[in-house]
Amino acid sequence: MKPTITVRGLKKSYKKNMVLRGVDFIVEPGTIFALLGSNGAGKTTTINILATLIKADEGAATVNGYDVETEADAVRRSISLTGQFAAVDDVLSARENLELIGDLRHIENLAQKVAELLERFGLTDAADRRVATFSGGMRRRLDIAMSLIGNPPVIFFDEPTTGLDPEARNDMWQTIRTLANKGTTIFLTTQYLEEADELADKIALLHKGEIVASGTASELKKLVPGGLVELTFHDERQLKRAVSLLQKRYNVTKGNDNLTLTVAAGASTTQLADLFIQLRDAKIEPSDFSQKVPTIDDVFFKLTGNKKEEK
Amino acid sequence: MHTIKDTWTMAKRSLKHIVRSPDTIITVILTPIALLLLFVYVFGGALGRQTGSVEYVDFITPGIIVLTVISGIAYAAFRLNVDIQKGIISRFRTMPVASSSILGGQAASSTLSNLFSSLLVLIVAFIIGFRSDAGPTEWLLFVGLLALLTLALTWLAIFFGLLAKSPEGAGAFSYILMLFIFISPSFVPTDSMTPLLRGFAEHQPLTPIVETMRSLLTNGTPGDSAWMALAWIIGILVAFYLASLLLYKTKAIAATS
Repeated sequence: MKPTITVRGLKKSYKKNMVLRGVDFIVEPGTIFALLGSNGAGKTTTINILATLIKADEGAATVNGYDVETEADAVRRSISLTGQFAAVDDVLSARENLELIGDLRHIENLAQKVAELLERFGLTDAADRRVATFSGGMRRRLDIAMSLIGNPPVIFFDEPTTGLDPEARNDMWQTIRTLANKGTTIFLTTQYLEEADELADKIALLHKGEIVASGTASELKKLVPGGLVELTFHDERQLKRAVSLLQKRYNVTKGNDNLTLTVAAGASTTQLADLFIQLRDAKIEPSDFSQKVPTIDDVFFKLTGNKKEEK
Repeated sequence: MHTIKDTWTMAKRSLKHIVRSPDTIITVILTPIALLLLFVYVFGGALGRQTGSVEYVDFITPGIIVLTVISGIAYAAFRLNVDIQKGIISRFRTMPVASSSILGGQAASSTLSNLFSSLLVLIVAFIIGFRSDAGPTEWLLFVGLLALLTLALTWLAIFFGLLAKSPEGAGAFSYILMLFIFISPSFVPTDSMTPLLRGFAEHQPLTPIVETMRSLLTNGTPGDSAWMALAWIIGILVAFYLASLLLYKTKAIAATS
């Protein structure tokens, strides 16, 4: 199957400030794709180019098979964008907001579809109240309901959970998963590593306008050394004995508290057994141990941290 | 077909905004009515001697109506800029809706609401003694000219609404237009002005427009300035319609990264 979104060599500058320095990625149909980066990495610029709000200086992008620049209208029929701040009309009621979008998309049986969406997002009771009186969570739900009118095959979420409380965040995650299960292609930006790890089929790390790594969460985690074992000791004397024993064979790092030791012992059972047999033979008994599994955080900080040092 | 339907959808939305904040209509008509009363009852005695056989209230009513429109279109610019700042315009821009519909809806609602404000001000003028000998044809021409002027000035307002960095700044252009209406034969005949101001007053666009409106209502004919008035109105309309669409298409109206 052809990818739903393709991006090649995308560049964009605002005056002298180069925001995107040549971005490439593809998004497969029906998957959740997360563009992960910190503030100012260029996430919103990328999403705005894909959603036809701004034009790239160089490069090309297609959404649902249409070029974002030359076939903008066809792209607009295929997408909806839910921005960082709920773009709802405060003066209108929730129902009127939904009807407005439905009218502009020329939807048949609109009243029924609006009623369904109000029900699905728990807004039926508040349907005829002015949106100005809504809480932040309700506004965000209405915003998404508005994006779903007309069932666009591609939905963009720009930092969908920024500023939401944990409960609302979980609701949002559930909504996004449900959409993807029904075949909608989801493109989201986030600065939360946990969110990308939790939701995305594929993650691209955007840093200072460049994709520094991309792949599935587990592929990305392989980019940092795995097989770390953390040992904790009762006292410093034990720790020092362990260091002198283990540093001959392994890469070891002492913790700041002088009681923990991280050993790059490997992740297989044989490698772990080797480590523990050596400790037993030397009569060193750690009070505790744990396997350190690399997280997306480790990948992110390793890759973006290195980038900083180059400068 | 879609463009017309979408324009009407957008106009309905915008009209709901206007109807749900009636205070803005009152704010719009308050200044023109206050000025009407001030000029007729305070300055009118002195100024009335300058206007010959025409009653002073009849003399200034057309200018007051234009002032009402100027005061009203500032709100169109304000509302448009609020929509931009809140990201609603961005939402529409990611949808398959023509830009002429998104902006045209604002233009239609602003024209309708300003005609309504003008009617309210005209009623006040009637109450304090404004009378006209104009027949139905002249009134129709007057309303047509007023509607066209309102539409043209609304597109000017849309341009500045798109251009402004904040809703507060969006209506600032209307103060300059107010200056235009004061330095024109709207309130006093131009012969009493200094030569420099008179030169400006006689060549600026609002002058033939106000004179044509006044001629229709007091003389029952469009008068000598009618073609000039029409040319200015159509010129402003076309120029700012095109400029607004161009600005809308090229300007990145989106939240920054």
